[in-house]
Amino acid sequence: MRAPGGPDVAVGDVLLAVENVSLSFGGVKAVSDVSFDIRKGEIRAIIGPNGAGKTSMLNVINGFYQPQQGRITFKGEAHSKMRPHEAAIGGIARTFQNVALFRGMTALDNIMAGRTLKMHSNFFWQMLRYGPAMREEVEHRQRVEEIIDFLKIQEIRRVPVGRLPYGLQKRVELGRALAMEPELLLLDEPMAGMNLEEKEDMSRFVLDANDYYGTTIALIEHDMGVVMDLSDRVVVLDHGIKIADGAPAEVKSNQAVIDAYLGVAH
Amino acid sequence: MLYREAGQFKTNYTSDQAVFPILQDRIGIFIILAIAFVVIPRTGNDFILNAVMIPFLIFALASIGLNLLTGYTGQLSLGTGAFMGVGAYACYKLTTIFPDVNIIIWIIASGFFSAATGVVFGLPAVRIKGFYLAIATLAAQFFLEWCFTRIPWIYNYNVSAAIEVPQRELFGIIVTGPRATAETRYYIVLAIVVAMTWIASNIVHGRIGRTWMAVRDMDIAAELMGIRLLPTKLLAFAVSSFYCGVSGAMMVFLWYGGAESTVFNINQSFTILFMIIIGGLGSLLGSFLGAALIYILPIILRFVPPEFGIPLHAATVEHITFMLVGALIVLFLIAEPAGLARLWQIGKQKLRVWPFPY
Amino acid sequence: MGPLYQIFIDPFVQMGTAPDLFVQTLWEGMVGGMLYALIALGFVLIFKASGVFNFAQGIMVVFAALTLVGLYNVGVPAFLALGLTIAVMFGLAFAVERVVLRPLVNQPDIILFMATFGLTYFLIGAGEFVFGGDPKVMITEQLYLPKGAVTYKVLGGIISVQKLDVAAAVIASVMVAGLAVFFSKTRIGRALRAVADSHAAALSVGISLEQIWVTVWFAAGLVALVTGIFWGARSDVSFALDVIALKALPVLILGGLTSIPGAIVGGLIIGIGEKMWEFYWGPLIGGGTDAWFAYVIALVFLLFKPQGLFGEKIIERV
Repeated sequence: MRAPGGPDVAVGDVLLAVENVSLSFGGVKAVSDVSFDIRKGEIRAIIGPNGAGKTSMLNVINGFYQPQQGRITFKGEAHSKMRPHEAAIGGIARTFQNVALFRGMTALDNIMAGRTLKMHSNFFWQMLRYGPAMREEVEHRQRVEEIIDFLKIQEIRRVPVGRLPYGLQKRVELGRALAMEPELLLLDEPMAGMNLEEKEDMSRFVLDANDYYGTTIALIEHDMGVVMDLSDRVVVLDHGIKIADGAPAEVKSNQAVIDAYLGVAH
Repeated sequence: MLYREAGQFKTNYTSDQAVFPILQDRIGIFIILAIAFVVIPRTGNDFILNAVMIPFLIFALASIGLNLLTGYTGQLSLGTGAFMGVGAYACYKLTTIFPDVNIIIWIIASGFFSAATGVVFGLPAVRIKGFYLAIATLAAQFFLEWCFTRIPWIYNYNVSAAIEVPQRELFGIIVTGPRATAETRYYIVLAIVVAMTWIASNIVHGRIGRTWMAVRDMDIAAELMGIRLLPTKLLAFAVSSFYCGVSGAMMVFLWYGGAESTVFNINQSFTILFMIIIGGLGSLLGSFLGAALIYILPIILRFVPPEFGIPLHAATVEHITFMLVGALIVLFLIAEPAGLARLWQIGKQKLRVWPFPY
Repeated sequence: MGPLYQIFIDPFVQMGTAPDLFVQTLWEGMVGGMLYALIALGFVLIFKASGVFNFAQGIMVVFAALTLVGLYNVGVPAFLALGLTIAVMFGLAFAVERVVLRPLVNQPDIILFMATFGLTYFLIGAGEFVFGGDPKVMITEQLYLPKGAVTYKVLGGIISVQKLDVAAAVIASVMVAGLAVFFSKTRIGRALRAVADSHAAALSVGISLEQIWVTVWFAAGLVALVTGIFWGARSDVSFALDVIALKALPVLILGGLTSIPGAIVGGLIIGIGEKMWEFYWGPLIGGGTDAWFAYVIALVFLLFKPQGLFGEKIIERV
């Protein structure tokens, strides 16, 4: 993680490239021949009307769905089939549309779970909860507390997440993803269901994660205001096809995009 | 006023991460251990030790085992009885083949045989979930049960397929066999159960416990954190079966003194499952509470009504036990799915704010 | 004779050289399988209508048999007892739905499943408490069911067929055929299929869930009673948890949880399979293999074709 007070991240080389990806379920084509890239350090929005294939796209990047065609190139390595485990090790983290928190655990434990890949003490020490195992717990607890401070969720550390209000759950989920110290963070509708105040908070967190931690972010979002304010570049999907790709202002005035949202047949 | 954390500040993460951070809880555990190690052997008679405490501890250990697999990792298993049996028969074979080795070592070692069996029969968990996995574990239960009666080598070719526990000593004291005293056996069972409970507690409070609960709660998101499902589930099967195996070995060697295979049948699997449902899934305390309730219930039914002048047949006691246990299961699942452990927590909450209502 | 021969060749040689034994075993397997199928059928009906896997359905079969015999033993005439038993089963299904299933409707499936375990134990206890734990004799004569066996000289040997088994096969087939026709051709049958797909959608087109459930419980209760009668006639009426409640589970895995023909086919495959396996291969490994054969088959299916032969493919969506 970057030291506080570091410079704004300059947008750099391509971190992840989606090349000619197509995905179908049974007879339904969710994504057709889509290609775009995500550059290191940027905030990339993926937008489009409902059913456009945005979540499916994220699922492909994550490795949950294997595309029938095309490939994902991440950090220079091409994968025609990515597995969720590989994605995680490679540095891709994600939040879900319907908050996929571990409901039986507290907020603190959920975020600590994000540190799993970085914890290596073996079974013997785990049995004793001593020595390397305990040192690791404390060390990672410190890291997790930094994230808790960052997201301002100190009071709810020990609350089982099932009892938290929706807005706080989303924040905990973001914390869990950040705990992985990802290079690429995929956010699936992080502002869904939030009121204005919560959206402003969440937007601030997303921007800070990008600035402070240098994390590249790809987010799916419906709120146009958020998209315009936050993102560096936007890609627009409709019915599984890419219809626009560029800076927010360009995309906003693109006729095809306007048509797609208004439901004009094409 | 008694149960308050006020004034107990933690100044570093190590003490905050402690399993029992609250002083009163630590005192409570100390008191319980003192009662268990000192008071009960002094004041209890052979009956209390033999028919209540020893089996309670043994069932509690098996409950912890199943709870690790089903309560913490979410893998429903109906093969508990069989895994306990593997431990028991493994211990029997080990001690009859190597009679000079310390029996405690063999009791613990038999856990490894159980663990190996658990891993083999847990492999389907890579593909199968939920109630389908429960059915797959039935294959383990019935196949292993069959092995216990149809593979004569396992029971040393005894004509009746039953096994009898040979006498074994530890530092000159007889610990197994008909001449071992209840007190001796109680201390050994207590020591093993306390040690293994401590280990289980360490595991579930650390990284492995979190990994298991993640797999239970949302395995898709868990995979995303880099948690590999198969090794995690197999570890749960291994550790769980280890605990059940040791419990089974103790059941035969330190309680019954012998066994027929019917001891480790599907009813045993259901009994342990009911213990953890009522006690609380995902709670070590719950394993103890559930084992206590379900094991002690028929004992109470046998001895209390006659005091009030209502004699009950042994068979009737069994019928009523079934009815009560079944009803309790349904009741708890409807009213408090987190079981007695959660009721205990709620009680502690109330105690925290006592004498205020909230 | 080497072990390879004993495992792979000899059983088939035996089948060929003693075809009468082969057919006899086949027949016994079919009859057993048919009973499994009927038990599974009860599960499928309830599952189709309410989406709940009611593990206690197996015990209902025993309960039905016990009630019938119990009523007769206190003096109720046979056919009246039959009618009363159906009423009792119906009442029991109603009570189960109200007391156990409805309060748990929003809980995850696994909680419901475990609740039906508790229900099973409760019913076992209650049944033994009310009717006594000793085995009872089914009232086959009073119901005019045939007794005795018929022997045929065929295929160079003798085959002995119990007349009761034939009657069971006939009645079971008629019942299944009737149910199949009912569910595919009638209005209520179509409504049931709609409900099985989606409660909310069914409600929105005006289907009355209550009516559906009433119909299904009646059908399931009837099936349980018929199964109980024939099963009780072949072996005494008592609670044997492993055989009754649990054996139906592999059948459901093979046939798929939502398919009536699947329950039948699954039951026959399991029944015939376990008899054949035990008769021809059992002696090689010590016998008694019918205790686990069905479950191992279920395990294999779960690994490679979890939806069974007839069920719907399960797709997991993120």
